[in-house]
Amino acid sequence: MKGNEAIAHAAIRCGCDGYFGYPITPQSEILETLAVEKPWETTGMVVLQAESEVASINMIYGGGGCGKRVMTSSSSPGVALMQEGIAYMAGAEIPGLIVNVQRGGPGLGTIQPSQGDYFQATRGGGNGDYYVLVLAPSSVQEMADFVDLAFELSFKYRIPAMILSDGVVGQVMEKVVLPPFKPRRTEEEILRECPWASTGRKGGRPINVITSLELQPEAMEKHNLHLQEKYKTIRANEVRYEETQTEDADYLIVAFGSAARIAQKAISELRAMGIKVGLLRPITLWPFPSQRIQELSQRMKGILSFEINAGQMVEDVRLAVEGRCPVTHYGKMGGIVPTPDELIQALKQDFQIENK
Amino acid sequence: MTEEIIISGFGGQGVLSMGKILAYSALMEGKEVSWMPAYGPEQRGGTANVTVIVSDERISSPIVSKYDTAIILNQPSLEKFEKTVKPGGTLIYDGYGINVPPTRTDINIFEINAMDAAAEMGNPKGFNMIILGGLLKIRPIVQLENVLKGLRKTLPVRHHDLIPANEAALRKGMEIIDKR
Repeated sequence: MKGNEAIAHAAIRCGCDGYFGYPITPQSEILETLAVEKPWETTGMVVLQAESEVASINMIYGGGGCGKRVMTSSSSPGVALMQEGIAYMAGAEIPGLIVNVQRGGPGLGTIQPSQGDYFQATRGGGNGDYYVLVLAPSSVQEMADFVDLAFELSFKYRIPAMILSDGVVGQVMEKVVLPPFKPRRTEEEILRECPWASTGRKGGRPINVITSLELQPEAMEKHNLHLQEKYKTIRANEVRYEETQTEDADYLIVAFGSAARIAQKAISELRAMGIKVGLLRPITLWPFPSQRIQELSQRMKGILSFEINAGQMVEDVRLAVEGRCPVTHYGKMGGIVPTPDELIQALKQDFQIENK
Repeated sequence: MTEEIIISGFGGQGVLSMGKILAYSALMEGKEVSWMPAYGPEQRGGTANVTVIVSDERISSPIVSKYDTAIILNQPSLEKFEKTVKPGGTLIYDGYGINVPPTRTDINIFEINAMDAAAEMGNPKGFNMIILGGLLKIRPIVQLENVLKGLRKTLPVRHHDLIPANEAALRKGMEIIDKR
């Protein structure tokens, strides 16, 4: 099935309480699949086509505020519209899942694949000092697997989580094993697991206030310090990445999502030419696997950051490498997906490698 | 075994569904598959292409720059993809849509007049299955019975009565494909 379809099936199976979204290529199959599957008749999951992306994200804010597992999905320009709501969720510490199946930008851009929203996803995207937890799937299987993972992490840390995918992973059809079925949480479970949620007081507990507004700067500073502490914990505990053929590598390619798949193909061809190249694929883009890249940079002749954009993640790679070895970037923009051959040429040219 | 295939033609010719049926058939045989459409604001009469990869191993990139086999169903596709066939690879084309035939001598070129055959069979929609039959004759990537299973999987149940006609089209394709 398609990556987008896998997201929809995984949502139903992982006990998602609600989906709110507005159609946009290349991710419309998510809403379409949910409409076909009619989960409201089986699990009771709500599926709603909202009037806009702004409405969708605020529905997530509300649903998450009630302790519900709720999600939205969109593509680049739609996710740009959502940034205000995401910042509010981060400020109010509301969990929720946002799926971005990226297309070319800026602005309305194109409908073909891109990874041009790396900065937006990993730098917060909205206002203020915050992060969202970003997972980057590179296969249809990971599209399915990351939905539950994103919800788990999002609730564990009370932080909005994002699946940053792209038009390739959204549209490609591959073999997939769907996750086992998990029921939606009961009201009692929500009360127990989300004591902060606005579930109705029914007597007893103090009022839960959900807001990102604080009029006293001292209180706001305190809240910010708390958020920063939380981000520190996430950085220490939740970095995820995959390494292939790095043990004997002279050169390293860092790539995420669909670019990592293209890189994998390029690496097997480069190795056939006698050029030892390895791959580090960040699975969490925030928190970023900086420490591992720093370790690897000590024994590499060069590192190439391969992205379907003008060079965004390369900044995080350079920050990790701190000049220990040369770092370059290769990518294309506007919906053009680079081929393995073009990546091979770029790597050979950047590091002046001759065929062995 | 890894077979990287590009299927390219006009939108509405069944390019994407042919790829999908091929991918599902390979899945039935336990193979790794990927199906990657060049999606866009496509419409009937526009261009459409899909990359299908069938392999015994995990597939790395769903997007490749060189193909083992190209199935070409119109002139713009030939111009775009003839040069991307690996030396020793296979190019299959339907003469109906081609004014300037392929010229390479380092690849195996086959012609299949599926448009005419589909019209003769009174089954114009069987066009893509004739092509697929031709492909499977030359490159037996999957067994015919698994293609029929793949069809059952991809066609909505209300269209399952069309499976015998599709089988006939597949067999026709195997018959009429011609080495050039």
